[in-house]
Amino acid sequence: MSGFLALEDGTVFRGDSVAAEGFAVGEAVFTTAMTGYQEVVTDPSFAEQLVCFTAPMVGNYGVAEGRSESARPHARAVLMREARGPAWTDWLHERGIVALSGIDTRSLVLKLRDGGAMRAVAVAGGGSAEQAVSVARSQPSMAGRALAAEVSTPRPYVYADAGLARIAVVDYGCKRSILRRLAGAGAAVTVFPHDATEDELLRFDAVVLSNGPGDPEPLANEIAVVRDLIGRVPLLGICLGHQLLALAAGHETFKLPFGHRGANHPVLERASGRVLVTSQNHGFAVAPSESREATYVSLYDGTVEGLDFPLEHARSVQFHPEAGPGPHDAWPIIEQWVEEVAYAQAA
Amino acid sequence: MPRRRDLESICLIGSGPIVIGQACEFDYAGCQALKVLREDGFRTIVVNSNPATIMTDPGFADRTYLEPLDLEGVSDVVARERPDALLPTMGGQTALNLARELAEAGVLERFGVELIGAPLDVIQRAEDRELFRDAVRSVGLRTPNSRIVTDLSQLAGLATPAVVRPAFTLGGHGGGFVETADQLRRQVEFGIAESPIGQVLVEESVRGWDEFELEVVRDRKDNVVIVCSIENIDPMGVHTGDSVTVAPQMTLSDHAYQELRDAAAAVVRAVGVECGGSNIQFARERDTGELRVIEMNPRVSRSSALASKATGYPIAKVAAKLAVGYTLDEIPNDLTSTTPASFEPTLDYVVVKFPRFAFEKFPGADTTLGTQMKSVGEAMGIGRTFVEAFRKARRSRELDGEEIWQLADSAHPWFAAELEGELSELWLGDLVADDFLKLKRAGHSDSDIAQHCDATEEEVRARRRAWGVRPAYRRVDSCAGEVEAASTYYYSTWGEADEAPPHGEKPRVVILGSGPNRIGQGIEFDYCCVHAAQSFRALGYEAVMVNCNPETVSTDYDTSDRLYFEPLGLEEVLAVCERERPEGVAIQFGGQTPLKLARGLEAAGYSIIGTPFDAVDLAEDRERFGALLDRLGIRCPAWGIARTTAEARTVAERIGFPVLIRPSYVLGGRAMRVCYSADDLGAIESPVLIDRFIESALEIDVDAVSDGHETYVGAVMQHVEEAGVHSGDSACVLPAPSLSPTRDAEIRSIVRTLAQALGVVGLLNVQLAVVEGSVYVLEANPRASRTVPFASKATGVNLVEAACRVMAGARLSELDLFEGQSLGHVSVKAAVLPFARFPGADPVLGPEMRATGEVMASAADLPTAFAKAERAAGRPLPVAGTAFLSVRDADKRAVVHVAGGLADLGFKLLATAGTADTLASAGLEVGRVRKVTEEGAGPTVVDLIRRGRCNLVINTPQGSGARTDGYLIREAALVARVPCITTLSGAAAAVHAIANARSEESLSLQELQERIEHETRAA
Repeated sequence: MSGFLALEDGTVFRGDSVAAEGFAVGEAVFTTAMTGYQEVVTDPSFAEQLVCFTAPMVGNYGVAEGRSESARPHARAVLMREARGPAWTDWLHERGIVALSGIDTRSLVLKLRDGGAMRAVAVAGGGSAEQAVSVARSQPSMAGRALAAEVSTPRPYVYADAGLARIAVVDYGCKRSILRRLAGAGAAVTVFPHDATEDELLRFDAVVLSNGPGDPEPLANEIAVVRDLIGRVPLLGICLGHQLLALAAGHETFKLPFGHRGANHPVLERASGRVLVTSQNHGFAVAPSESREATYVSLYDGTVEGLDFPLEHARSVQFHPEAGPGPHDAWPIIEQWVEEVAYAQAA
Repeated sequence: MPRRRDLESICLIGSGPIVIGQACEFDYAGCQALKVLREDGFRTIVVNSNPATIMTDPGFADRTYLEPLDLEGVSDVVARERPDALLPTMGGQTALNLARELAEAGVLERFGVELIGAPLDVIQRAEDRELFRDAVRSVGLRTPNSRIVTDLSQLAGLATPAVVRPAFTLGGHGGGFVETADQLRRQVEFGIAESPIGQVLVEESVRGWDEFELEVVRDRKDNVVIVCSIENIDPMGVHTGDSVTVAPQMTLSDHAYQELRDAAAAVVRAVGVECGGSNIQFARERDTGELRVIEMNPRVSRSSALASKATGYPIAKVAAKLAVGYTLDEIPNDLTSTTPASFEPTLDYVVVKFPRFAFEKFPGADTTLGTQMKSVGEAMGIGRTFVEAFRKARRSRELDGEEIWQLADSAHPWFAAELEGELSELWLGDLVADDFLKLKRAGHSDSDIAQHCDATEEEVRARRRAWGVRPAYRRVDSCAGEVEAASTYYYSTWGEADEAPPHGEKPRVVILGSGPNRIGQGIEFDYCCVHAAQSFRALGYEAVMVNCNPETVSTDYDTSDRLYFEPLGLEEVLAVCERERPEGVAIQFGGQTPLKLARGLEAAGYSIIGTPFDAVDLAEDRERFGALLDRLGIRCPAWGIARTTAEARTVAERIGFPVLIRPSYVLGGRAMRVCYSADDLGAIESPVLIDRFIESALEIDVDAVSDGHETYVGAVMQHVEEAGVHSGDSACVLPAPSLSPTRDAEIRSIVRTLAQALGVVGLLNVQLAVVEGSVYVLEANPRASRTVPFASKATGVNLVEAACRVMAGARLSELDLFEGQSLGHVSVKAAVLPFARFPGADPVLGPEMRATGEVMASAADLPTAFAKAERAAGRPLPVAGTAFLSVRDADKRAVVHVAGGLADLGFKLLATAGTADTLASAGLEVGRVRKVTEEGAGPTVVDLIRRGRCNLVINTPQGSGARTDGYLIREAALVARVPCITTLSGAAAAVHAIANARSEESLSLQELQERIEHETRAA
């Protein structure tokens, strides 16, 4: 079956539908990670997005349950130059995901890079391109959208019940890898919904602010809770969690033209001068800042990739130290943090 | 951290002659390194014995030494130049081994030279198996279970199957896979003999495991990036140089890949490579995920060149900057210029590398692939899918032997699935746009399709184009489009948008490269293509390069204004021309490969710049050429053409035996042979050329440049071996020592006459034979020859540049070239032969070329230059000891002179019966030794050679082929590394050199050329 992708600017890319029929609307973005397609598609941060892989062939090594970053795919559609099945395409099909193969992905990427991420519609099957374009245009922009509520857990649950330190994770769209790394570092982990209150969270030794989709700015309640937590409990923010901490601490966030999504982004650790090759997935970023608390900086565009408020025991990173997919260079950030929290508890 | 201020001068060691396992990739690496070091203001000194490298061009370094790459040669340079540092990581295993020798001999310490890039302890940890195993274990990883063996007594208890790996050898040479205890014993014996430190590793076999390589770069702040992952389609057991490989890896999940990535970083840190590039090889069990670290090279490598071309990330350039103090974040990514080198390239295409073999050159050799590398070259294909890249790479090989590659049963099933469904019968009339698109996206060429629908390639192309199916060009930008890149590095694909070509105002020249290295067409032609690009750029043109050899300097995106990494097929080249609309296509620099395309290019309306194709045809078509020579009154050996065995007999009898038989349009003497009688002719099935073979002739090679009116004779070179040995395998001397001024003038005049008659505009190579005062023209090639780099370096005149200038319309008289020979020095080019790689093939010189590479040496006199060239070729001439002689009957009379010379030098003489009789009757004292096939007591000659009792072997063949006595002698000499000379002229030159070579201060190319210029002015 054929299919196509229509962008808000009227551009249409033709391809073949390789999974579910129907159509999907969202923001067209691209990721440059060469491996980890299942992890990408199940990462809740891709909610409301149509994700294009720059990798030339996707699906080569099939699927495995353990690779999913959440219970279901969150990307609305998958756009590929060359899909490989049947394991991968069947998996998408069974989960109702629209997937197109044979898309001129490089042209799409160059368009998004130059024109910015765009609202788009992916259509599996026939349909009018003009209609699709107008549907794309009628969608709200990602800027200003609060999406955490849609992907967060409805109620608290215990992920790992015993450990050196008791850690609460606020789930704005949390990836399983974060929980796995925390538990792996020896923490007892309890996960809370995005609207957890400071009272609930303060009962723990430390709090992790997870990753998640959408614009951080409209998450006013979440930011207020974070502001209340600062200085009262050790904090670690990751991705959206980093942006929330930044906003709570008076930094500014803005929408990147086309985002950072991939597994090869260099980030400078200012204190040591060392570079980490990181896994990234964000459409919004913390504006460049010379302030002392800005610990990590993107070597691509100078945006703030990490914050540290030592007196308040609050820190955060924009990239994904848990990887999944991507390099493990930043694993120690989580491990060391858990260790510090545990050490402080023991003291 | 910025550039180190405590260093001012840096010496870089090259990799020497092209051999199997070390090819153009180290010229590419060396050039990149020299470029950035000079940009950073370092004084650079380069030592390399290979004249066909770009890195040894006088403009590339402050001081260039074409010296033997041995301890003595490099020590001399170090003593003379006193560099602050030595960079050994750009010249392959050769440079790394030399660095170790220099350090261990105390040379570096004596002259206060710091080893940068890879300090001694790192080299040792990476190269010494035991130290490496310990380093790998220290980070919780494993190497295959193994034991180090230095003596056959240590084999007890070792299990088979196993792999034998000798320490410090090129391309795993001397190693192999063994299945039985007996095989193990034999392989270990061979391996110990081959290893310069007499050490081999016997290890657990991981044959059939999946094989991956990671290219890692690390800086002194401990930043590590993985530039590229490479997956071998041929699993463990086949040397990676002989494997079909793909990048990025295709079959690993993120989790499995990250595990490899972590392991690679851990190994680099454990071995301690502080700043530079490394290559790490892994074996991975497909189902359990078990990992073994197989090997690590703490230097740039063949794989890193491939990775650089595959990703656009210039590893050698970055490694050189890291070696002098920079960190990754301080080095910009060349392609984007706005982002740093401290990232990992991401690919939105697939790259496949195919090896190119040359087994047809070595009849009798074992063609089974194993842990010892046997391929002589490689081609790379880029596409948007695996099959597209695979098929592009596969056809880029320009195979002329049989296809020996097939997908191994143990290969990952993903590859088998991708490669399913080769073309079936098609009807051209039925194919519509969508069908064409599908076929092209699967990587099928027009000619593939033509073969399956009973049409010509042209018909297929016309139909496809009528349907509007044309290639689109994509950029290689290292970042999958994420960052805007000014890259000018392109590949083609289908059914996508084209990335707009940067069309400037300047006229464009498309330069066709020479494709994968093969015997007879290698780095020399890449050298010419690179110079052509540089020259045309300097002349105000945009140079557009088309080539598919990932090792080369020509496929460095810096070399030309635009690089198309494409197969050198008519389809691809026409498509590039259509996009570029060049003023002309340069076909005379890439060897035989571009010539095959010339007719098609002209037919499509593109003009050939310089010598028109008709001149090439005139020179190659023997009937036309013969008529031309007749008209010009130039002699050539009697000849004829035969299509059948009967015709061959008639022709041969008419012109008289011996005769030389060959197909026309060949390079490297493919299938050429000398026949002494009608019985030797064999069955003739396709048209062959039969020439009278002139025995005992002096063979002369001439390189010239002509503008169509005037001709500049750049070099008149004399071969050391007589006619009958392929010019590519013969040593060659400039100026020609045996030519009288009259003959020299006659030769020059013949070349001028020919150039004008052929209508040459550009380069011309003429081969001639001089016998009894008469000059015969053997062949004329109106294109770049293998000797152009040697001639250019020896005379100080860049022949390619001169050729480009006349091709662009200049008159030769405007170029102000001085024709004459420098009297002050003699240059010798010596061939390097790969016989040790092909046990079973007879290591004897003949009309079929087998050399993979060459070296050059210069000195004030011939004996000194010759001795130095032999040293550089890895065959140092002995100065004392025992010489064994055994020659065919025809050589018996002449051998007396050679043997006498050796006796005068104090050599003890040994000979087999016939030769001994001759020598004894001439009054020489000679010991007798029995042949293998001779009954009798006592050791045979082969035993003596094996036991190291001979220091020199002179053996001229009485017929070739395995199992003859001569063959057994030559093979024994090869294994025992005793110089073995198979022609009397070669032997005479060697004896002359042993007797008269002096030690002489090494001069740099720059000094030599200053001297030439000075002499020119004086003249």
